[in-house]
Amino acid sequence: MSKITFIQHDGEEQTLIVENGLSVMNAAVDNLIPGIDADCGGECNCATCHVYVDEAWMPKVGQPGKTEEAIMSLNPDRRSNSRLSCQIKVSDELDGLIVRLPEFQF
Amino acid sequence: MNRIIIVGAGQAGGQVAASLRQQGCKDEILLFGDEPYPPYQRPLLSKQYLSSEEERDRIFLRADTFYQDHNISLRLNDRIKTIDAAVNTVTTASGEVIGYLNLVLTTGSRPRTLQVPGSDLKGIHYLRTLDDANAIKSEMLPGKKLVIIGGGYIGLEVASVAAAAGVSVVVVETEERILKRVTTEAMSRFYHQLHSERGVEICLNTTVSGFTGSESVAGVLCADKRLDADMVIVGIGIMPNIELAKNAGIVCDNGIITNEFSQTSFANIYAAGDCANHPNPLLGRRLRLESVPNAMEQAKVVAANIVGKGKSYAAVPWFWSDQYEHKLQMVGFSADGEQQVLRGDLLTRQFAIFYLHSGRLVAVDAVNSPVDFMAGRQLYGRRFDPGRLADQKNAIKDCLTDE
Repeated sequence: MSKITFIQHDGEEQTLIVENGLSVMNAAVDNLIPGIDADCGGECNCATCHVYVDEAWMPKVGQPGKTEEAIMSLNPDRRSNSRLSCQIKVSDELDGLIVRLPEFQF
Repeated sequence: MNRIIIVGAGQAGGQVAASLRQQGCKDEILLFGDEPYPPYQRPLLSKQYLSSEEERDRIFLRADTFYQDHNISLRLNDRIKTIDAAVNTVTTASGEVIGYLNLVLTTGSRPRTLQVPGSDLKGIHYLRTLDDANAIKSEMLPGKKLVIIGGGYIGLEVASVAAAAGVSVVVVETEERILKRVTTEAMSRFYHQLHSERGVEICLNTTVSGFTGSESVAGVLCADKRLDADMVIVGIGIMPNIELAKNAGIVCDNGIITNEFSQTSFANIYAAGDCANHPNPLLGRRLRLESVPNAMEQAKVVAANIVGKGKSYAAVPWFWSDQYEHKLQMVGFSADGEQQVLRGDLLTRQFAIFYLHSGRLVAVDAVNSPVDFMAGRQLYGRRFDPGRLADQKNAIKDCLTDE
């Protein structure tokens, strides 16, 4: 189990205790975290689970994969710490992870 | 207490329930499903799930505890038999009468069946449910002979999984090209070649007239030949489940007719997903869509309207199909285009076809090219210079002419 904190665009925070092996997107969907739409169900098809990974966590979370990168590349809200949360697998290493949500999903 | 009844526990139904809770709705929610499973991801059934890569757990959209945790009463293996819209009640198959304040019809669709001699033999499958997929998975073993009837996305996705698993595959298609109903000639050719390379035999202009076999299917009869088969999968389209609505006097015409707020002809009865014939202001016409993104989006519209947020539906349709290692992502309808612009090279298998009408972007078919796909979604309806667009060296946004 690992702790993941979601911070909304307006600053509201929610911290979840998440089973390892699930994606950050799964955790958000199971807990009705607003701002994670996950339209494609986690197939890296739609970019509606976009999050900003807290800078301090970027080295551990890592850079987006090739498809993920391509899917996000035209997003006007794209930043250097952008990731699709369906592609981040929760593990002990990410215990304490903080992600922030963009105002809109595309 | 106010009660919301959702009929159909597919992706649309599950999302309506989830979105209602997300929007702070405190009403009682009953989610009825005639399958024994909570909402799951249907698209995976013909793709990853069938190839065994998918763990069973991942097919389910939410954790087992989700529904209980959020006070959503899941009524599985249960069916609504009738609706009495005049008095706002439904009757279940077991005869229970339940009242509602709002009713949501997410009844989905079912496979179109093939009615020819022998069509009830064992080993002839349709693919719509998790049970269907499990049955197919258990029979789809290396060396078996599989005949797929219908060269649409379902059939071709299954063909790619089966061929990769060492099954011998023949696809039978009545039209002169595969995917004719859903895409253009160029895309049909691309996929035909891809499947041929992987050893899938495709019989075009071929109509099935019957099946042979004593208990289980042994052969597929066509006008001029007989194909050996250990198993058959029929994928010839789906039909919306509208009977429940129709019998209740809800207006239907190729689906349950809804307005921009996903309301049916009764203001407190909504419909979403495959079963809903809805207006799309971006396309300027009514349509019924058989796709998950549409089901999700309409579900959110329904939930927002039930809680009084007055959201209207306006989304660009999009779709995807995985075949072999290739990812096809589509935006809009290529049939709306009058001009095609190819970006990239078909030979490299990373390309996109942009479809324009009067210079405006109306569709994109992107193969292994998610950038083009996302551009299609974001720039739908915008005007493009086709000449510039055809040159991949130009960034897509630099090809716009309406800025």
